[in-house]
Amino acid sequence: MKIKRSMVLVSSDPHSLDKGAEAVYQRFSEELKAFDLSDEISLSKISDMERSDVAPFVIVYPEATVYGPVTPDDVHFLVEEHLFKGRIATRLQAPTKELTGKIAWLSARSGTLPAEQRIVLERAGVIDPDSIEDYIVHDGYQALGKVLTGMSPTDVIELLKQSGLKGRGGAGFPTGSKWQFVAGTKSEKKYVICNADESEPGTFKDRLILEGDPHSIIEAMTIAAYAVGADEGYLYIRGEYALAQARLLKAILQAKQMGFLGENIFNSGFNFELHVHGGAGAYVCGEETALIESIEGKRGEPRPRPPYPTTNGLWDKPTLVNNVETLANVPPIIRNGAAWFKSFGTPTSPGTKVYTIMGNVNLTGLIEVPMGITLREVITIYARGMKDGKQLKLAQTGGSSGSIIPARLQDTPMDYDSYAKAGVSMGSGALLICNEDTCVVDLAKVLLNFFRFESCGKCNPCRIGNQRAFQILTNISEGLGSMNDIDALQDISKWLFEMSNCGLGQTAGSPIKDILNHFREEVEAHIQQKECPAGVCAMSGKSTQTV
Amino acid sequence: MNAIKSLDDLQKIRDAALAKRKLGETSGSKQVIVGMGTCGIAAGARETMKSVLDFIEANNLENVVVTQTGCIGLCEQEPIMQVVMPGQEKVTYGKVDAEVAKKIMKEHVTDGKVVQGNVITI
Repeated sequence: MKIKRSMVLVSSDPHSLDKGAEAVYQRFSEELKAFDLSDEISLSKISDMERSDVAPFVIVYPEATVYGPVTPDDVHFLVEEHLFKGRIATRLQAPTKELTGKIAWLSARSGTLPAEQRIVLERAGVIDPDSIEDYIVHDGYQALGKVLTGMSPTDVIELLKQSGLKGRGGAGFPTGSKWQFVAGTKSEKKYVICNADESEPGTFKDRLILEGDPHSIIEAMTIAAYAVGADEGYLYIRGEYALAQARLLKAILQAKQMGFLGENIFNSGFNFELHVHGGAGAYVCGEETALIESIEGKRGEPRPRPPYPTTNGLWDKPTLVNNVETLANVPPIIRNGAAWFKSFGTPTSPGTKVYTIMGNVNLTGLIEVPMGITLREVITIYARGMKDGKQLKLAQTGGSSGSIIPARLQDTPMDYDSYAKAGVSMGSGALLICNEDTCVVDLAKVLLNFFRFESCGKCNPCRIGNQRAFQILTNISEGLGSMNDIDALQDISKWLFEMSNCGLGQTAGSPIKDILNHFREEVEAHIQQKECPAGVCAMSGKSTQTV
Repeated sequence: MNAIKSLDDLQKIRDAALAKRKLGETSGSKQVIVGMGTCGIAAGARETMKSVLDFIEANNLENVVVTQTGCIGLCEQEPIMQVVMPGQEKVTYGKVDAEVAKKIMKEHVTDGKVVQGNVITI
C-alpha cells in the first residue's frame, strides 16, 4: 500500500448521521475517484469529536482543517479546492479554536500544523545544556527571581492551583494541591524530591528534559522548596542516565556559583541545597515511597500508605515528590500566568504533554503536544502514518503500567478526563504503536515478564501473582491453555489491583484486563483453536514453564 | 562571578550575554550545533563532532562557533547537526555521520551551499 499524502475524516456520530453524514461520506468516495485521488488520499469515518455544533463535519489531515457543517453538495468543491488544488476552502471552514503546541522538530512548518507551542521542551535542543548563560538568555531563572522577590509561598501555590497543572508522572494528581499539603504540614525540616527515576520501558521524556535543559529542573525545584517551606532537595535520577547526571551536576555547580542555589538566594533569606542521588536500576524505585527508602540508603521497597510522603516522607519529614515533566511546567506558569497555561489543552487537563512515539510507525521520536489531541492525530501527523501501510491494531500508553488501547478508541482525546472516562490510563507518556502483526497474548506475556522480574517481592500478590500470570500466558502462547486459564487470569488481575501494596502491583494486572476486555476472541483462539491469529506465538505444544 | 542578588542583576547578566551574542552575529560568525543527547551520542554524534572540529582545525576556519545541544525530539534522524549562517535561517541536517559532517562543513559552512541530501524537511 502506498503512503497516503492526505487523510479525510467524515464524522459519523449519531448526531452527524442524523444530519446526513453518510451521504457526505459517499459523495467523498465518489469525488475522490472522479479526481483520481483515491490512491493518494485515505477516507475514513470518525466519531466522538465533540464538534456537534458543526455536524456533519469533515477533517482533513495533515493540515487538520475542520470543515462543517458540510452538505453532500459541498463535497465536490472541497475535493477540488483542498485536495486537488491544495488550498484551504475557507468558505466552509468550521469556526475552530486551533490546538496549540508544537512538534519538537518541525520548526519549518510552524503555523501550518495544529500544534505549535512548546512549554516543557521550549529550550531542549535549542540551548547548550552546559551553559547557564544560554539558559538565562532564554528566560532562565526569571521565574525564581519573580517568586523570591515578590511572591509569598501561598501566592505560588495559589497560582499553581489556578493553572490546573496535574502531575505528569502518570497518576495525574493536581500539583497545586500536593504542594499545599506539604506546605500545610508543620515541621522544622521538609524536603523536595524530583522523581527522575524514569524507568517505564519506552519513556524517555524526562531524560530529554534533563539532558537538554537541566537548569529548568533546578529552577523549578528551588521554587517548589520555597513554596512548601523546604530547604533541602534530592534529585533522584535513574542510574542509567549517566549523561543527564553529569549535566545536572555541572548545572548545579553553575547555579551555586551564580547564587541560584545555596544561601540567601536573591537576597530573600531563603536557602536551598540540592543533591543528586543516582538510582541503581530498580523499576520499583520510581514509586515514590520506594524512592524515598532508596535515598535513605535502604532497600528500595515501597512503604505502606498512609501515611503519605506529604506528611511522613524522607527521614520521616514532610516531603514533596514531583515528576520531572511536572516540575518543568512550573517556571513557565510562573512567568506567564495561569490563564496563559490554561489556553493550552482542554479545560480540565490544561497544558501540554510530552509523548515518546515508538513502534510500527514511519517516524519515531518525541513530541510535545497539547492535552486532548487524539491518538489518530499523533499517528497521522507526527508519526507520519503506520509503517508499510499496515493497520493500527492497538497502542500501549505509558510504558508497562499504562493501558492497552484498541484501534477503535484512537479518536478519544488524550487528556486525563477523557481517558478516565474511556477506562484507560494516560501513563507516563510512552506511546507504543502496534500494527496487526502484534499478538496480544505475546504482548501481555512480555509485559508480565517485566513485572515478575521487577516486583520487589515485598507483598505476596505482586510477587506470586505476576509469576503465576506469566506462566499462564506462556502456556497459552504455547498452545497449552485451557478456558479455565481465562478465569484464573481475571482473578489474578483483580487481586493484583486490589491487594498489592504499591503502584507496581496495582497496575501489573492491567495488560491482562485490557487484552481480555478488548481482544478476548484472540485469546480464546489461542486456547480453543490452538492457533495464534497474528502468527506470533510458537504454539509448540511444549511446556516451557520456567521459574 | 558575583552572585546574583536581585532581578536587576539577572537582567544585567542576560543583557551582557545577549550583547555578546549580537556581536557574534554582526561580526558574521557561523554557528554549528550538534545534537548531543543520549540518542545523538548513541547514533554517533561524538564522531560527527570530532569530524567538525577536525575540519575546522585542518582548514584553519575562523568565525565558526561550535556548540552542542540536547535532543530535539527527532531521535530517528540522529546524529543531527544544525548550521546557522549569518543572517540566514537555521538549517537542520539529519543522519550526519563523520563523512556527511565533513561535506557540510566544506560545502555549506565554507562555501555557503546547503547540502540537499541530508536536510530534514517534511
